[in-house]
Amino acid sequence: MSKTLFNSGHTACAGCGQSLAARLVIDAAGPNTIVANNTGCLEVFSTKYPETSWGVPFIHSLFENCAAVASGVESALKYLGKADSINVIAQAGDGGTADIGLQALSGMLERGHNILYVCYDNEAYMNTGIQRSGLTPFDSNTTTSPIGVKSTGNIRPKKPMPEIANAHGIPYVATASVAFPQDIQRKVKKALSIKGPKYMQIHVPCPLGWRHETNLTIAVAKLAVETGLYPLIEYENGILAAKRQITPKPVEEYLKTQGRFKHLLKNPDEIKKVQEIADNNIKKYGLKVSEATN
Amino acid sequence: MFGPLTCKPGSSRNNKTGPWRTESRPKFLKKNCIACNMCLLICPESCISGEGKNTYDFDPDYCKGCGNCARICPKQDIEMVKEDSKE
Amino acid sequence: MKEFLEGSMAVAKVIQLCKPGVISAYPITPQTHIVEELAQIVADGHLNAQFVNVESEHSAASVVLGASAAGVRAYTATSSQGLLLMGEVVFNIAGMRLPVVMTTAVRAISAPINIWNDHQDAVSLRDAGWVQFHAEDIQEAADLHLIAYKLGEDKSIMLPVMVCMDGFILTHGVETVDIPTQEEVDKFLPAYKAPYKLDVENPMTLGPLVDPEYYTEARYALNETHKEALALIPKITADFAKVFGRTYNGLIEGYQLKDAERVIVAMGSVCGTIKEVIDELRKKGKKVGLLKITSLRPFPVNQIYEALKNISKVAVIDRALSLGSFAPLSAEIKAVFFGKAKKPKAISSFIVGLGGRDITKNSIKEIFRLMTGKEKQGEFIDLKPELLKESYEQNTL
Repeated sequence: MSKTLFNSGHTACAGCGQSLAARLVIDAAGPNTIVANNTGCLEVFSTKYPETSWGVPFIHSLFENCAAVASGVESALKYLGKADSINVIAQAGDGGTADIGLQALSGMLERGHNILYVCYDNEAYMNTGIQRSGLTPFDSNTTTSPIGVKSTGNIRPKKPMPEIANAHGIPYVATASVAFPQDIQRKVKKALSIKGPKYMQIHVPCPLGWRHETNLTIAVAKLAVETGLYPLIEYENGILAAKRQITPKPVEEYLKTQGRFKHLLKNPDEIKKVQEIADNNIKKYGLKVSEATN
Repeated sequence: MFGPLTCKPGSSRNNKTGPWRTESRPKFLKKNCIACNMCLLICPESCISGEGKNTYDFDPDYCKGCGNCARICPKQDIEMVKEDSKE
Repeated sequence: MKEFLEGSMAVAKVIQLCKPGVISAYPITPQTHIVEELAQIVADGHLNAQFVNVESEHSAASVVLGASAAGVRAYTATSSQGLLLMGEVVFNIAGMRLPVVMTTAVRAISAPINIWNDHQDAVSLRDAGWVQFHAEDIQEAADLHLIAYKLGEDKSIMLPVMVCMDGFILTHGVETVDIPTQEEVDKFLPAYKAPYKLDVENPMTLGPLVDPEYYTEARYALNETHKEALALIPKITADFAKVFGRTYNGLIEGYQLKDAERVIVAMGSVCGTIKEVIDELRKKGKKVGLLKITSLRPFPVNQIYEALKNISKVAVIDRALSLGSFAPLSAEIKAVFFGKAKKPKAISSFIVGLGGRDITKNSIKEIFRLMTGKEKQGEFIDLKPELLKESYEQNTL
């Protein structure tokens, strides 16, 4: 058995950001970890009976209840007196977290369980074929928010999931990206060192859904951060404690790498709206590398 | 009768995904590698391993030819070559 | 020790004696006294359990699913709309072969919304794969929970068990109940040792994706296990009798069947009323009897056949509907006799006691009166035709 706890042989698409992030998370968490995972790409491509990629105890129940299942596991471990030595991770995709699983997640956060929740954000329901979710970006072309004569794609910006999690008054919230793999692992280890509920959201490109070449997974993820469209931040006990500062690139550099945004390249007005979203993020989190330091 | 269907840890290794490759596969030149570990870190298939300079390589049984390792290598010490090339 | 207890308190005390490690529930009338009492028991330090208040029944069932999967005995309770909301998880728990025990304080289903007693909720989930017991009285409701854990956790069974008790009638009624001692319960019910669980020492994947190549057999095995449970239940109730001194068959119970010509088949607390009516009619020389169904799932086909094959007239009481078809219990009782050499001349079907409408002794006498040779099909007892004119015809004009 190879050293990783997320073994090769899964059936994710070539260049999948989510399989990469899943390995980074579980290898950082280590073997003393139990994972409860919602239905979604990750679960489907890593646990096709009789095979599993997982080298840790893993349970998939339904599409929206991993936060509650994990609460049950954590409560059982507390009852058995093992809660301190075993990590419990609840994880799901963007839809499984921000839409159908939001209620169970909110309950878990509010009850204060000692659980790390990881949301793998590939920004649409990819397992069912790229349908729009609450975390699908503005103007993104999906099969249920398609472009057309009357449409430039998804009409709404991403639901502010990290802020929603943070509003529960939990000790740690972080966003991360596969473009910065060590940063993911640092944040996982940091989160697991903190008692109580933690929320982590990882930006994971999906070559199929975002329509980009399979070898651009890391490059595309990096551009999302460098344009300010995907701020990498950390909240500790509700306070914005850290952020990855950037020298902002125009959003167009990010948009042009992906087919889901191709329709915007000939539409400067829409690009301006997307740029506005990025600028708001930059202002809100103070992402711009301050002139004083460089 | 017997209980639920469960899977043994890491049993996915029985499923060789190497045959998925159609166009290209990585070729680790092992000349200028500085052991920065990035290729191993970002491989979506967990199929790159190595320890120290010029020791990294990929597992053809599982690599799907996505090409991220070649793109990320800061020393261009990984090239993508045609799947059927003899190199 | 004999106590004069509300049904919910009796169930809570018995669950306490079963020492579940995780209890999780969401409040819904008429289940609330059970979980409130358990919360107090835990708060007073009389039970070392993790009591998890959740934000919905879907999560209550998911929490006990997770706890059971982690190898700890788990308990939850719900009713009516709560049972339907956790419906997806109920099927999932059975498929994952996790021996959770749940009390369902059975209650009508909306719409229209109604918080009173009938069987529509539990009956609607009879196909989920859980063992489903229905209690006649508070003693039986309490005892069935002990039997539920013993059966469910048996290595050869590993099935979740639902104990149904009539909302308000049994949850809020008060009767004399013999609550066993901890020693007695510990003798009957050993600590739960899970044959498979989430264990970092033995890291398995539970709940994998199963394609057409493997799915059927998993469902076949679940179904076969119900047949094995049928065989095991009487052995467990025999053990129960040795330890606690009360005998149950666990599947069915005949009352005055031997020479009966007219027999009512029913579930739940109405059986008490029926027994009283039978005693009265027997005094007048009427050969009447009752067949009580305790185990709706697994459905005791052979036992029912043996009990009713020589009975000339049978009437099935349903306190639930299968809208647009035969009443659920009546359909299953009829199915027992199709193609069989011996069978009742008539198996009538009556609907009574929906949404908390009282089933009086007169209602039962009416049913016995209507049990002529001519089969009645889904006939409503105590229906008020005047209401139909008043509120419904008008709307449709």
